[in-house]
Amino acid sequence: MAQRIDVKDLNIYYGSFLAVSDVSMSIEPRSVTALIGPSGCGKSTFLRSLNRMHEVIPGARVEGTVAMDGVDLYGPAVDPVAVRRQVGMVFQRPNPFPTMSIAENVLAGVRLNNKKISKSDAADLVERSLVGANLWKEVKDRLDRPGSSLSGGQQQRLCIARAIAVTPQVLLMDEPASALDPISTLAIEDLISELKASYTIVIVTHNMQQAARVSDRTGFFNIEGAGKPGRLVEIDDTATIFSTPRQQQTEDYISGRFG
Amino acid sequence: MSRVFRWAATAAGVLLLVVLAAVAVFLLIRGWAAITASDATLQSEGNLPPGAHNLAGYIGPLIFGTLIAAALALVMATPVAVGIALFVSHYAPRRVAGAVGFVIDLLAAIPSVVFGLWGAQILAPRIAPLWQWVADVLSVIPGVTVRATATGRSMATTALVLAIMILPIITAVSREVFKQTPHLHQEAALALGATRWEVIRMAVLPFGRSGVVSAAMLGLGRALGETMAVLMVLSTSSGTGYSFQIFDSGVLQTIAANIAAKFPDSSGLAVNTLIATGLALFVITMAVNMLARWIVSRRNEFSGAN
Repeated sequence: MAQRIDVKDLNIYYGSFLAVSDVSMSIEPRSVTALIGPSGCGKSTFLRSLNRMHEVIPGARVEGTVAMDGVDLYGPAVDPVAVRRQVGMVFQRPNPFPTMSIAENVLAGVRLNNKKISKSDAADLVERSLVGANLWKEVKDRLDRPGSSLSGGQQQRLCIARAIAVTPQVLLMDEPASALDPISTLAIEDLISELKASYTIVIVTHNMQQAARVSDRTGFFNIEGAGKPGRLVEIDDTATIFSTPRQQQTEDYISGRFG
Repeated sequence: MSRVFRWAATAAGVLLLVVLAAVAVFLLIRGWAAITASDATLQSEGNLPPGAHNLAGYIGPLIFGTLIAAALALVMATPVAVGIALFVSHYAPRRVAGAVGFVIDLLAAIPSVVFGLWGAQILAPRIAPLWQWVADVLSVIPGVTVRATATGRSMATTALVLAIMILPIITAVSREVFKQTPHLHQEAALALGATRWEVIRMAVLPFGRSGVVSAAMLGLGRALGETMAVLMVLSTSSGTGYSFQIFDSGVLQTIAANIAAKFPDSSGLAVNTLIATGLALFVITMAVNMLARWIVSRRNEFSGAN
């Protein structure tokens, strides 16, 4: 199910404003790619362009190609809704649907696809997804309770369970642990390492230690100044980025000299 | 400063309760004479319509007519209002949304007497053929006879006018509620591959549910108490019987319109009787509101407020 993504010469615009300029990178299947960089450098915008979520903002458009297993996600015949069913996303703040129970939250994506699903299949899928998100043991006795009754860290794992229940090709995570306490953060990081076996994962993080801990490759985004577009400065194996980066900017950033 | 404000806010809250209690006390005291009067006294001095032998026989059909008018109006107005609110909050381009919102707010500014005139003079004669057709179609069902009046001045027309009158308030409140749906939840639905309609179904409508119920209750309150428009459309109805013939003219009337119609030529016990019907309206309105609150609160923990 995991697939590779090839980004080529990608420019992302909001109206006439160029937000991210000239990004090319390859994201390997069954790997974790971390995107780091200062605030406003376009790493979240780039992440959202991978499942066309940035198009929620009116006027958003791209130039260049984002190809998943050779198919351009921005091809004329491609429906963004279909893209998002293939590419799951986990957000900065946990966002389970407050009007749904824990089990309904897990099934939300499957129900969208209008698949008729039997009760026992649904129960299996709920269990499998929650086990996959390391949440099953904590919630198995209260699946009919509202998702909002869980702690922040549990809610975030519920969101991950919801994302993987539809078996996406790729999982995007936008600072998934930045609103969580250290223990919950650790739980999410462990989970990412496990999910890597089955999914292609791209994670945006402000936390460089986190990038170093969870990722195989790390891309550093930077911005020259206010109003200028964000750029991908370099992308390499995580070990290389954090020991011997090729660019001076990267070294300055990871050594804490700015940003 | 914060103490002053707390005091002012508390005073405003208490004032509301005092006003409500004052209205209830007024209705009770002035209606008491009619409630306690013997049936014989009521019949001789209470200005009861022919056919009514006691207070219950008088108020009963009026309550029935009031509830039918308000319920029909609510059933017609709520879906349309929710549709308009969703269009404004989630579908329309910003400029169109602003224009539609403005027109809806204008609708709220039209005085009810104008709605009444329009309903009786313009709408009723034009919609009569439609009601006739509906009645004919329903009459096809074996054992069912549906009558329709040729003037169009029926409960159905009244309810339609009421529906248009309560449309703005339901729309405005629903629109504000829908607009406040957290972005987080809408993005969650979008990221799962939801279309716009599915986002609305998964995130917006469930979140706005209790708000829409509140909006509908506001509208219902207005529909229950609306006087002038009902009176002008239904001026020929007596309000003396129970009937589901909503396309026919004759017996269905509402409490508020009945009070307005009878009050000018009433005195003594007849006024007390009318006030007793007003007390019934007050109680109905409170009961309906409490019922709605209870329905909403049953699923409170899933409301998203926590």
